[in-house]
Amino acid sequence: MQITISAGKGGTGKTTVATNLALALAGEYDVQFFDCDVEEPDSEIFLRPELDNEEPVNLKVPEVNDETCTYCGQCGDACEFNAIATFGENTLVYPELCHGCGLCSLVCPVDAITEVDNKIGKLRSGRAGNLEYHDGNLTIGEPMATPIISRLKKKIDPDGVSILDSPPGTACPVIESLHGSDFALLVTEPTLFGLHDLKLSVDVVKELEIPLGVVINRDGIGDDRVERYCDSEGIPILMRIPDDRDIAVYYSKGVPFIEKMDGWKERFLELFEEIEGQAEYQKRQKLIET
Amino acid sequence: MNSEDPKQLLVISGKGGTGKTTIVASFAALADGEVLSDCDVDAADLHLILHPEVKTREEFSGGKVAVKDDNLCTDCGICREHCRYDAIDENFEIDSFSCEGCGVCEYVCPEDAITMEPVLSGYSIESSTEYGNMAHGELVAGEETSGKLVTDIKQKAGKIAEDTGKELIIIDGSPGIGCPVIASLSNVDLALIVTEPTLSGLSDLRRVTGLLDHFEIQGNIVINKYDLNLEVTGKIEELAEEDGLTLLGKIPYDSVVTEAMVHEKSVVEYSSSPVAREIESIWKKVKRALKDVS
Repeated sequence: MQITISAGKGGTGKTTVATNLALALAGEYDVQFFDCDVEEPDSEIFLRPELDNEEPVNLKVPEVNDETCTYCGQCGDACEFNAIATFGENTLVYPELCHGCGLCSLVCPVDAITEVDNKIGKLRSGRAGNLEYHDGNLTIGEPMATPIISRLKKKIDPDGVSILDSPPGTACPVIESLHGSDFALLVTEPTLFGLHDLKLSVDVVKELEIPLGVVINRDGIGDDRVERYCDSEGIPILMRIPDDRDIAVYYSKGVPFIEKMDGWKERFLELFEEIEGQAEYQKRQKLIET
Repeated sequence: MNSEDPKQLLVISGKGGTGKTTIVASFAALADGEVLSDCDVDAADLHLILHPEVKTREEFSGGKVAVKDDNLCTDCGICREHCRYDAIDENFEIDSFSCEGCGVCEYVCPEDAITMEPVLSGYSIESSTEYGNMAHGELVAGEETSGKLVTDIKQKAGKIAEDTGKELIIIDGSPGIGCPVIASLSNVDLALIVTEPTLSGLSDLRRVTGLLDHFEIQGNIVINKYDLNLEVTGKIEELAEEDGLTLLGKIPYDSVVTEAMVHEKSVVEYSSSPVAREIESIWKKVKRALKDVS
């Protein structure tokens, strides 16, 4: 069971929901936690894992042998990402634009291109109590988060429960995080911005054909437009976390609030049961429709 | 930089949800008439407050996707061997969500069964608002190339400034430190980082200041909801001091921010609360800081 916690809008409470859910489940199931927000990984602050493994994430980037290069420019013409170009008697590589596809070395007629490793980030793992913890970390200044997320997700054990904390937004890193998930749990807040960005997330998740449900965080602020939207779309609201200054303060200190506030561990366990039920139900509905 | 080029102010945060758009919307109202730009194309929200009237809405295609002609495909599997994005499955079907648009499959296919086709990645929009003209965008659900769309929007904002003789572009950025943020940094004169006093906020602030260092862009800081955790606020102040970032203001936690949003108004127009007054004071300091950058 692979559950991805996502949101269009940043700061709605993805990490809060993901870490508390993972901690609630940790004693009961084999749980793996993945921090896929590789640009700004923060779940470590809440889970405090003991890390025992670190590995680099490399992309293959071209290296041009000036002795053999004839400056024909075919590599630059072929590259979809403008990551290699020939100017006069000089073929230049722009590693930060390179997606590592290898097309330039395939098209080079004189085999002047070899591919070398370019480190764009790292993966780390360890244990946090009963949890198996994994995160990815994009090197500052590198633009491409997606390859790190894709490498991180290769560690998922399909037989256990995996909780993925996604980056915010709706672009490629979010798609990469959601892809292949059994359930998308979308965290929103009951405000104008929350609703607008929730709709964007719902569009993406529907496009990917993943069963989904919503958690309303800071319930009580704003207005009821998120609720009305979910009702009209038939999207289940699976949990409400009240707008509570104590929860905000625990968050600010890096403390998972289920460890401090009575009754919440049970509520997150119930949330998981509802997710399992909804994942099954929505999958079946889709089969009936098609 | 050419002295006649408009100055660019970028509001970023590293961590999402710290209040970038709240601040940019207020700046728009205070600036009165400068060029506005929303570069958070993943989840653009500025328009919800500024109510732009759309003038042009252009389709934007920043990438391609592989499309296979099943009549020509012989299931030889060469494409699958070469694809580095696992975008071709065991039945040799292309998963367009995983496809990077690189064109390797098209190149290696011996039957010419694959063509690369441009995909609609979003819209690049030019609008007018009661506070000035605005360049913004929309990303199509599930599409890539948000960085390229950001670059396109920034060019549009630059053109508007040039055509209308404006001296400043105020840009709402996206969270994170990756592709769209890096795209939004180009030619920026001053970056205003909006952070919050949480350990996550602090950790993300370190990464975003690292990014500004990397690209040698001057950064200033605003701490939003500073009274939520005074200890962490103190740590942010220390970090600012160490990194040579000027702290331009500390905004208190106040439900008036959400109330203003419910009324679809900027905080400075909605109320004369301490929050609004602090944002006004920050805006004055920003203007001074912009004068100082050459």
